Amino acid sequence: MARDVWRIGPHGQNSVTDDSLGARAANFAGVAARLRRLDATMLVLLVFIAVLAFLVLNPILRLIVSSLQETDTGRFTLDNYRAAYGSLRHLEALANSLELGVGVSLLVTCFAVPIAWAVSRTDMPGKAFVRLTVFAAFVTPPYLGAIGWILLAGPNSGWLNKVWMALTGATHGIFNVYSMTGLILVIAVTSFPYTFVFTSSALDLVSSEMEDAANILGARTLRTTLRVTLPLVMPAIIGGIIISFLEAIALFGAPALIALPARFNVVSTQLWQFFEYPVRVEEAAAFAMPLLVITVLMFWLQRRILGRRGYTSVTGKGGERRMIALGPWRWVMLAYALVVGALSVFLPMLVLFQAAFSKAWGRGFSFDNLTLHNFYYLLFEQTQAKQTILNTFVYAAVTAFAAISLSLAIAYVVNRKLVPWSNVLAFLCMAPFVIPGVVLAIGFYAAYASPPLALYGTATILILGFTTRFLPIAYTSSAAGLRSINPEMEEAVRILGGSRFLAIRKVLIPLLKKSLAGAWILVFIPATRELSSAIFLVGPHTRVISVMLFDLSEEGNFEVLAALGVILLLATVAIAVIGTKIIGRDFMLRRNS
Amino acid sequence: MSRLKLTGISRHYGDFHAVDNINLELQSGEFVSLLGPSGCGKTTTLRMIAGFVEPTLGTIEMDGQILSSPSGSVSPDRRQMSMIFQSYAIWPNMTVEQNVAFGLELRKVQKPEIKRRVGEMLEVVRLNHLADRYPAELSGGQQQRVALARAIVIRPSVLLLDEPLSNLDATLREEMRFEIRRLHNEFHVTTVYVTHDQAEAMVTSDRIAVMNHGRIEQIAPPRELYDNPKTRFVAGFIGRTNFIEGTSDGDRISFDGFSLPCAAFERDVPSEGKAVFSVRPHSMRLSIAPPAARDGCTPVGVTVLERAFLGEHWDYIVRSFEGVSSLRVMTSPTDDIPVGASAWLEVEPRQMALIV
Repeated sequence: MARDVWRIGPHGQNSVTDDSLGARAANFAGVAARLRRLDATMLVLLVFIAVLAFLVLNPILRLIVSSLQETDTGRFTLDNYRAAYGSLRHLEALANSLELGVGVSLLVTCFAVPIAWAVSRTDMPGKAFVRLTVFAAFVTPPYLGAIGWILLAGPNSGWLNKVWMALTGATHGIFNVYSMTGLILVIAVTSFPYTFVFTSSALDLVSSEMEDAANILGARTLRTTLRVTLPLVMPAIIGGIIISFLEAIALFGAPALIALPARFNVVSTQLWQFFEYPVRVEEAAAFAMPLLVITVLMFWLQRRILGRRGYTSVTGKGGERRMIALGPWRWVMLAYALVVGALSVFLPMLVLFQAAFSKAWGRGFSFDNLTLHNFYYLLFEQTQAKQTILNTFVYAAVTAFAAISLSLAIAYVVNRKLVPWSNVLAFLCMAPFVIPGVVLAIGFYAAYASPPLALYGTATILILGFTTRFLPIAYTSSAAGLRSINPEMEEAVRILGGSRFLAIRKVLIPLLKKSLAGAWILVFIPATRELSSAIFLVGPHTRVISVMLFDLSEEGNFEVLAALGVILLLATVAIAVIGTKIIGRDFMLRRNS
Repeated sequence: MSRLKLTGISRHYGDFHAVDNINLELQSGEFVSLLGPSGCGKTTTLRMIAGFVEPTLGTIEMDGQILSSPSGSVSPDRRQMSMIFQSYAIWPNMTVEQNVAFGLELRKVQKPEIKRRVGEMLEVVRLNHLADRYPAELSGGQQQRVALARAIVIRPSVLLLDEPLSNLDATLREEMRFEIRRLHNEFHVTTVYVTHDQAEAMVTSDRIAVMNHGRIEQIAPPRELYDNPKTRFVAGFIGRTNFIEGTSDGDRISFDGFSLPCAAFERDVPSEGKAVFSVRPHSMRLSIAPPAARDGCTPVGVTVLERAFLGEHWDYIVRSFEGVSSLRVMTSPTDDIPVGASAWLEVEPRQMALIV
């Protein structure tokens, strides 16, 4: 059409016409090309970006906004903050959380650092077994550890107290798990693996020459370790302390199982009480702010500390390493590692399994007490339990798929710089990492529970919440996988005539299969155990195992509860074993930066 | 096979001009190399031809049709080109056969026809016995040949090669140079070849474009480029050379320690003022006995300052009796002149290139 119009233009100016035609053609091609660039693949990617905003940005904004709103009218107010911080009980919860965090991080350091040093720098025997124990502690959900400890150190009836009474003839036990001390111990024994991993991987990078230099100047092993080796990995230890502090104040399960019966509150349990009838979301949002602020600040601090490279010799190259010969002391170190292992895994798991296979856990280890009825009851008799178990694994599977699809799309956009400011997208994907589960759940509740979406009580809100919560894990894996693939692989498809979508489908996805499978498992496992956000988002028909465990503990039905915990653990171990087969050893401990 | 024309192509990254006003025209079936040091803009130019990078200024045309311009570009998958990447980019999840067949499948070629053409192509690159292997099971040279086969089998309008041999070891690299030229002689695909290795460019190319700081310094066939470098950069980049400065008075040009008649030069030399020439080390002769003067060029008496025996030739550093600067001369392995001895240097004006 355009060409015809030009043909009937003025004659006798051929050169001008030709030039204009050329320019027009160029222009035309330009517009067409720009339209083509907005091809189907780009549209799909834009949808993914919108989803990311929906999942991460909106809930956090709604959390902040609703903390400043009146419940019914939505008008601006500071009343929520007045209500949240106006009561002594609430302030005590805050103080308790801080005490808990400090206590846990100190105890964790006492557990983790000596063991990490022994495993990584000395000739302590049984290292593989110690590492396995730490790994077991890592995969045990903290609330299962808490239940184990209730069976161990419940006042009078707990196993440890019974042993004590049998040995001393006392009429009362001496241990009481229902106390701040008990809570600190329970959380410390389940969260020390973080500090262990941080410290031991830093120690693995310290060259023996650093220690040799101190030895040659006359320092003995102990002095060298205290004055040279440990200071070198101090940033890693501090990083571990910060992580354990944050883990302790963000946890919901263990505090709810132990602090509530002990009649004290921490922030997470207090937040949950705001959700008892009548639900006060706005007050909860206001009360969640310190948790959010502290977490963001501490992560920033940790980044700064770990980022100060010049301080350490941790450069990424190991250098030559020799193990320190401890002599007889190596048995002392092993004994210490085994004691920590006993506190964190062996004892709690022993009593948990005993309870799972008992008619009544208090009757002890005898054949007439053995039964499989607890499992039979869960798997066949109790319809709700069956549904709950099914829910758990279906939600976790869907969550893992959703988180990986989303994070892969975003990682692709960021890696190829397809949109301006693509680094903001990477930041959004990683942001949920610094948001405690309870806080995220309240944000989700505020944003999507009520109309127009009215997602409360649906599977959707749980899956969306889980997806957001575990997005950073999926994103870390996806981005690392993508970085390892040369963009030329994709360009080779393009130049041979394939579209971007074809390149992704035929080359990128097949090449990423393995790392995506790993990422899937890394999301799936925590999603099966997630409690802190689930407890706020479940409805009557969308209960998951973690929530059911919590309810069972309120009923005091420990045998069935233990059986359910065993089912969860066995499923986790099975998946982890499959993952190790596919992806290789240690893939679960390779997390965090 | 197509004509390719780059007109005033530039690519700016902020203030940095990666490619700065390049004009280049390839005839149908021509093989042109972009040769230059790293960071000279040769790869960026290639990626603009492929359509992966858009030019800031200028246009790229193929057979008269505009492919790239600042207002928009035809996407790479619609250019009917092929490219061989530095990493080869052989897809590790597909067999050799599947890799080579990929482009044909995209072109909706019939199955039996694909089978036949892939078979023929693998025959040409001598890989038919490895058709069912996966790339991880191949050596570097074999992977390289898969990349070549995959690129050529679709009969592209233009073939682009981005430093394809830089990951191979030295012997294999030499072998593959000839392989690439052999394939070009067989298929006559218009080809742009990016390299920083002058030998590669000289073996493969019809013409070489020497690039520096985002510009083309000179485009010429390999022989011409070597014999008549136009700029100091080209002379220095292609082979080794001496730069000597002379002052002309219209009749003779006086250099450091000797002089030559203007008439003996093949090309016009400035009638007055200074001029810089490039003299290749082996275009001069060194001898102990004084040779006869030719074309009014008298031999120059020199002292040997340093020397090294390199097997295929002697490398001498000499200085004329009256001069201060030294020259590098290569001679045959039989010319054995000790350090400190006097010798006669013959300079051939016809082999001296005037540098602009």
